[in-house]
Amino acid sequence: MDISRYAAGAFAAATLLGATGAHAQTAPAQSASAQNTEDITALRHDMEALRQEYEARIADLEARLARAEAAEGVQASAAPPDQTAATTTTPSDQTATADQATAPTTTPAANDVYANASAPAGGQTSQSLYNPAMSVVLNGFLTAANRDTGSERIAGIASGGDIEHPPRGFSLGESEFGMSSNIDPYFYGFLVVALDNEGAANVEEAYIQTTSMPGGLTLTAGRFFSGIGYANETHAHNWAFSDAALPYRAFLGSQLGDDGVQLTWLAPTDQFLLFGVEAMRGAAYPAAGARNNGIGSYAAWVRTGNDIDVSNSYLASVSYLHTQAADRVSDGDVFNGHDDLVIGSLTYKWAPGGNRLNQNFTANGELFFGNENGTLNGIPVDQNRFGWYVQGIYQFMPRWRVGLRYAALHSDDPGPLLAGSALDDLGINPYTATALIEWDPSEFSRLRLQYSHDESGFNPNDIVTMQYTAIYGMHGAHRY
Amino acid sequence: MKRIFIAAAALFSAAAFATPASANLNVFACEPEWGALATEIGGNKVNVYNATTGGQDPHQVQARPSLIARARTANVRVCTGAELEIGWLPVIIQQSGNQNLQPGRPGAFDATSAVRLVERPENVDRAQGDIHAMGNPHIQTDPRNMIPVSRAMAVRFAQLDPGNAATYTARQQDFERRWNAALQRWTQRAAPLRGVAILVQHRSWPYMESWLGLTEIMPLEPRVGVPPSSGYLAQVLQTIQTRPARFVIRSAYEDSRPSDFISQRAHIPAVMLPFTIGGDPQATNLFTLYDDTITKLLSGIGQ
Repeated sequence: MDISRYAAGAFAAATLLGATGAHAQTAPAQSASAQNTEDITALRHDMEALRQEYEARIADLEARLARAEAAEGVQASAAPPDQTAATTTTPSDQTATADQATAPTTTPAANDVYANASAPAGGQTSQSLYNPAMSVVLNGFLTAANRDTGSERIAGIASGGDIEHPPRGFSLGESEFGMSSNIDPYFYGFLVVALDNEGAANVEEAYIQTTSMPGGLTLTAGRFFSGIGYANETHAHNWAFSDAALPYRAFLGSQLGDDGVQLTWLAPTDQFLLFGVEAMRGAAYPAAGARNNGIGSYAAWVRTGNDIDVSNSYLASVSYLHTQAADRVSDGDVFNGHDDLVIGSLTYKWAPGGNRLNQNFTANGELFFGNENGTLNGIPVDQNRFGWYVQGIYQFMPRWRVGLRYAALHSDDPGPLLAGSALDDLGINPYTATALIEWDPSEFSRLRLQYSHDESGFNPNDIVTMQYTAIYGMHGAHRY
Repeated sequence: MKRIFIAAAALFSAAAFATPASANLNVFACEPEWGALATEIGGNKVNVYNATTGGQDPHQVQARPSLIARARTANVRVCTGAELEIGWLPVIIQQSGNQNLQPGRPGAFDATSAVRLVERPENVDRAQGDIHAMGNPHIQTDPRNMIPVSRAMAVRFAQLDPGNAATYTARQQDFERRWNAALQRWTQRAAPLRGVAILVQHRSWPYMESWLGLTEIMPLEPRVGVPPSSGYLAQVLQTIQTRPARFVIRSAYEDSRPSDFISQRAHIPAVMLPFTIGGDPQATNLFTLYDDTITKLLSGIGQ
C-alpha cells in the first residue's frame, strides 16, 4: 500500500473539507432561513467531525510509519559484530524483505524526488557531514649513514628549498594537518599545515578551487603545489620514496609550492588531455624576492593519458617553468636572474585485469632541462643543466612493495670566472641509487626501509632509513 | 616555439570536433552492475561507460587519466555510494571539474540511497579495520535490491532528460516485469541453499545471505579489509570444528590464498563468486550474474 499517497490524499480531502467549512461559516446567515442556518450548522459539525476523524487517522498512520521505521532502523544498525546473528534470518524477516522486493512502493525509492538520498530510511551519512573533512599525517624516521646527514649540498647547484635528508638517529618527520571541504556550490577549500620537527608551522597548501566553472575549466587561487612534472603536486607522505628524486631536489628545492593562481582546462575527449597555466608570486626556489611586483614565476603544462588496455595505463606530460630570482642566497652565494626549466614526464602503471589489490607495478621517468641565467655574486652566469630519474615500484603481494630508483644530474662548466663556486661541480656528475621495501599494515599506515647510495654531493654517503607514515581522519583519495 | 603553438592549436580543434554531438545521456558507471542497469533503463538513449570491471576491487581503484576524461563528459554517474568509492571517486570528480557529478546534484546517483543498508556500525573506529561507516555497501549481491534501485534510477534519468521520460518509465516497468520473473526462478533454484552454513573471505555478502537464507559462520578477515594472519586462520579452523561450514566463498577480485588454505585444511570447497558482471566468464549481464552465482553456490553443496 502506498502510505504516502494515501496520506497525501487524506490530507488534501481534509484541507478541502476544512476550507468548505470556513466558506460556509462566512455565508450570510441573516438572509437565510432558520432551517437553512440549522442545516448549515449541522453540516459544519459533520464536516468538523469528518476532518477530525481524518486527522486522527493520518496521525495514527504517521505514528505507525515512524514506529515501523524506527524498528527497521534499529534492526539495520544493530547488526552485531558477530555476523551469525544478523545473517541467521528469521522467517518473518525473510518475508519482510521479500515483500520489499515484490511491493517496493514502501521503499523510499518510490518517492518521486531524487532527494530521497536524504530519506532517513536510506541511512545516508557521509564524510561530507564531517564538515570540513580533516586528516592528520604522522611521520617518523630512524636514519643511519656513513656521514652526517641534514646539511647536504648538490654538486654544481646553488640550491634552495628543503633538500636535506633527516638527521642520523631518531627524528620526527613533518607532521601534516589537513582540512578540506566544499565551501559553497562554487568553491572547494583545501588547507595543509605542516609542522616541522621543531614545531614551526608552515602553510604548505591553502587554496580555494572552483567546482562549477563551465567547459571543463578549473581555477585555483592561493598557495598550492605547482602542477609541473609528475611528482610535484604529490604531498611528501605519498611520495614513492622517502625523499624527492635528485632532479626535484636540485631544480625545485624538492617541491615547488608558491602563492598564485592556476587555470586548468580539461578537454572533452576520451583521451585525457589537461592544460594548465600558472602565475605565482616568485618567492619559492628557484625563484626568490617576488620580482615583477610579486608575479615572478610562470608555468604552463599539458598532460595526456589513457588506458592502453584493462591492465595497462599511462600518463605523459610536458611542463615549462620560468622563474625570476632577486638576491637568492644559497650558502652565502647571491644569485640574481632567471631560471627556465622544461620537464618531460612519463608514468606507466600495470595491474593485472586492472585489479591493484594483489599485484601492481608503476614506472616513472622524468627528464629535466634547465638554464640558469643572470649573475652569481655579480659574475655573469648562463649555465645549462640536465637531470633525469627513472624509478619502478612493484607490489608483489598484498601490502608488500619493493622499489628501485636511479637519478642523475649534469651541469655545464660555468666558466673560468666561476671556477670553484657553487655552480662548479668540480668534475662530479651527481647521482643517487635507491632501493626500498615497504609493508602496509593497513591502508592507513606504512612502514618503509630505504637504502640510498648518494653521490649527489662532494662526499659519497650511504643512507639507510626506517620510516613510518600514518594517516588518520578523512579517507584520502589518491591521485594517479 | 611556433611549431608548439600550431600543435597546441591542432589539439584544441581536435578536442572541439571530438565533442559528442548526440543528445544522449552520458552515464559514468562506477561498477558494471550499475552500468548494466543503466542500459536496461536507458536503452539507446544512454551512452554507458563502465569505470571498473568485474576483476577489480571497487574499494581500490586508481584515479586513472581515462576515468577523469570520461567523468568530464558525463551527465550522470551511477555508483554504489555509501563510501564504497571514497578512495577514488572524489578525486576523479574534483579533477574532472564536472559540476554535474558533485554530491547532491541530480547527476550524482547512489544506488545505496534507494536501499536500506545493513551492518551500520554504532561507532566508527579504524582499529576495527576499514569499515564502512554508512553500512555495508555491497547491495548488488541481493538481486531484489535491483527493483528499488531501477525505480530510483528511472526517476533520476527522467529528471535529467525529461524528453525521454516516457522511455525510461516504460523500460523500467519492462525490466521490473522480467526481473520479478527471474527472481522467482532464482529463489526456486536456490531453495537447497536455505540454512546452509558458509565462511566468507570478506564481509561482502550479508544481502545475498539474507536473500538465500545462508548462514555466515565467520569472515576470514580478522578486521575489515585486513588480510588474515595464519594465526587467525587457525582460529577459523578451530571454530568450524564446532560450527561446521559447508564451503567458503570469495569475490573474483580477492586473493585466493586465504580461501584455498581453509579449503585444503577443512576439506570443504572454496567457491569463487563473480560478485559483479564480468567477475567470471559466465557472468556476462545482470541476469547471468545471478544465474551463475546460484550455480556456483549450489556447486558448493555438491549440486
